[in-house]
Amino acid sequence: MVMTTVTEASGVRVRDICKSFPVPDAPATRRMALGGISFSIAAAELVSLVGPSGCGKSTLLRLVAGLDLPDSGDLLVGKEKIVGPSAERGLVFQDPNLFPWLTVRGNIEAGLVARGVLREKRNEVGEFMRLVGLEAFANAYPHHLSGGMAQRVALARALINHPKVLLLDEPLGALDAFTRMRMQDEVLRLWENRRTTMLLVTHDIDEAIYMSDRIVIMTQAPGRIDREIDIDLPRPRDRTGDSFLRFRGEILEHLHFAGKAAA
Amino acid sequence: MNANTAPTPDPPSLPWWMQLAVPGASLITFGTHLLIAQKAPPVETRSYMLLFWEIIVVSIVLAIAQRFRPALRKWMRHMWPIFTAAILLLGVWDVITVGLHLLPLPYFPGPAAVLRNLISDRELLFDSTWHSLVLLLSGYILGVIVGLVSGVCIGWSSSVRYWGMPLLKVLGPIPATAWIPIAMVVSPSAIMSSAGLIALAVWFPVTMLTASGISNTRASYLDVARTLGARRLYLIFRVAIPAAVPNIFIGLFMGLGASFLTLVVAESVGVKSGLGWYVSWAQGWAEYGKVFAAIIIMAAFFSTVMTLLFKLRDRVLVWQKGTIKW
Ligand SMILES: Nc1ncnc2c1ncn2[C@@H]1O[C@H](COP(=O)(O)OP(=O)(O)OP(=O)(O)O)[C@@H](O)[C@H]1O
Ligand SMILES: [Mg+2]
Repeated sequence: MVMTTVTEASGVRVRDICKSFPVPDAPATRRMALGGISFSIAAAELVSLVGPSGCGKSTLLRLVAGLDLPDSGDLLVGKEKIVGPSAERGLVFQDPNLFPWLTVRGNIEAGLVARGVLREKRNEVGEFMRLVGLEAFANAYPHHLSGGMAQRVALARALINHPKVLLLDEPLGALDAFTRMRMQDEVLRLWENRRTTMLLVTHDIDEAIYMSDRIVIMTQAPGRIDREIDIDLPRPRDRTGDSFLRFRGEILEHLHFAGKAAA
Repeated sequence: MNANTAPTPDPPSLPWWMQLAVPGASLITFGTHLLIAQKAPPVETRSYMLLFWEIIVVSIVLAIAQRFRPALRKWMRHMWPIFTAAILLLGVWDVITVGLHLLPLPYFPGPAAVLRNLISDRELLFDSTWHSLVLLLSGYILGVIVGLVSGVCIGWSSSVRYWGMPLLKVLGPIPATAWIPIAMVVSPSAIMSSAGLIALAVWFPVTMLTASGISNTRASYLDVARTLGARRLYLIFRVAIPAAVPNIFIGLFMGLGASFLTLVVAESVGVKSGLGWYVSWAQGWAEYGKVFAAIIIMAAFFSTVMTLLFKLRDRVLVWQKGTIKW
């Protein structure tokens, strides 16, 4: 492998991606889920993806993770084509999907075990449990956890591998407003410390504006990119500031919710 | 985990009627027996009487001890109604067989006669139980190992499934006992061929349920593991197999039932030892007291093995605690 700086190696490029799925009732036909998506994420950039339900956000994240292959188009991380999943691209799923047979600690360790580096990195496990505030639940099994706790474990499980690219599918969706804001700051802190490239799917427009460098807005059927908006506000951002609210109005308008929001 | 759960208040003692239930039932049952024994041909009842004396003494001791031991009290509260019913059932059995002659007598002896046989033939019964245990375990463990390996292969790999599934579907449903004539010819030793038959009986359900558990592993668990950097070995041994464990246990229980059946049949046909052989041997001499004695031992033996498997299941599936319903 060619030695490159982290910055070059961890940018993501998505070029003209199409993805279709068979229609359940008519197996011969296929429905386009993604109809020609192109965008790129610079290394260490934090990009949010927003759009109506069913527009293909999760599908796109699975493609970048390498879990599915596109019908056509190119997916690149740095200069390398994505051909399959890798620990360098972490994915936090929309459902926590914790392994029910492992404790909280076991789940968080899973990535280290899978890569065979548990022995060297065991000390990090405690660090990540602290990060998501679950040290007291280290030995609890997932079915004892609330939805928000489970999602925090899933986050820690993905973070422990220090992926170059982190894909987050509504990771904070199940959290209460207070924990959610705290976790947003934690994710931002991680992002700043590690210079991770992040792609965040969210339904929460405030979250998207608060966190990201850029917001990509998708439209439905088939999924396409409608617009990209750069959020050029200094961090930490003021959630009630004028420019924050201006971005909010602009995005809502694009999502065709502007009328409702004004009412 | 939850520090502020209050323990449910527990009264300091069992109610008096529950304390007296077991000794009371013993007196009723033994009294019935004495009444019946007056009319019936003289039977030796000393051992039967000793049994009840022991039950009465132990239950009185426990009734006193439970005042000081909450754990014992909890256990007694759970078990005493069942014990009482079991003792009363002995009395019912006595009335039906010896008392009213509702069942033809040489074939259905009363409980006192069965107990006498249990005691007088204890050495042979113990020896038979031991032989059965060895045969059962060797066959069961062999069948489980082969079943797990073939189940995982069939469940994981679609090409193994293509060739393995038809074989499983054709050979599996044949009762293992149908192979007895062939097994007796093939193997030099009856013990070996019986162990093989038990293994065959266990193999089918274990393979079937392991394979279905593995191939039904939730795809999202495998996806998560892949994005964490997992390779094939991790996916099989640390995702698919743990996910299949609840299913595998169903297979282990079904296999255990099949192994009991095969054990008893194989012993009574080919092997010249074990409880199955003892039953058919006693039948040959028309010693039905011994037949029942052996059946009682079998019940205790098989249910103990079953209980041990339940204990293992509870230990392995702690992570399901609260969601298991069987
Ligand atoms: N495995 C699949 N098989 C068939 N159709 C699929 C599959 N995965 C996704 N789809 C279809 O692709 C479209 C996009 O789905 P996707 O899950 O990516 O939406 P989403 O934007 O993540 O929605 P949400 O915000 O509700 O999570 C949907 O119409 C869905 O029915
Ligand atoms: Mg989704």
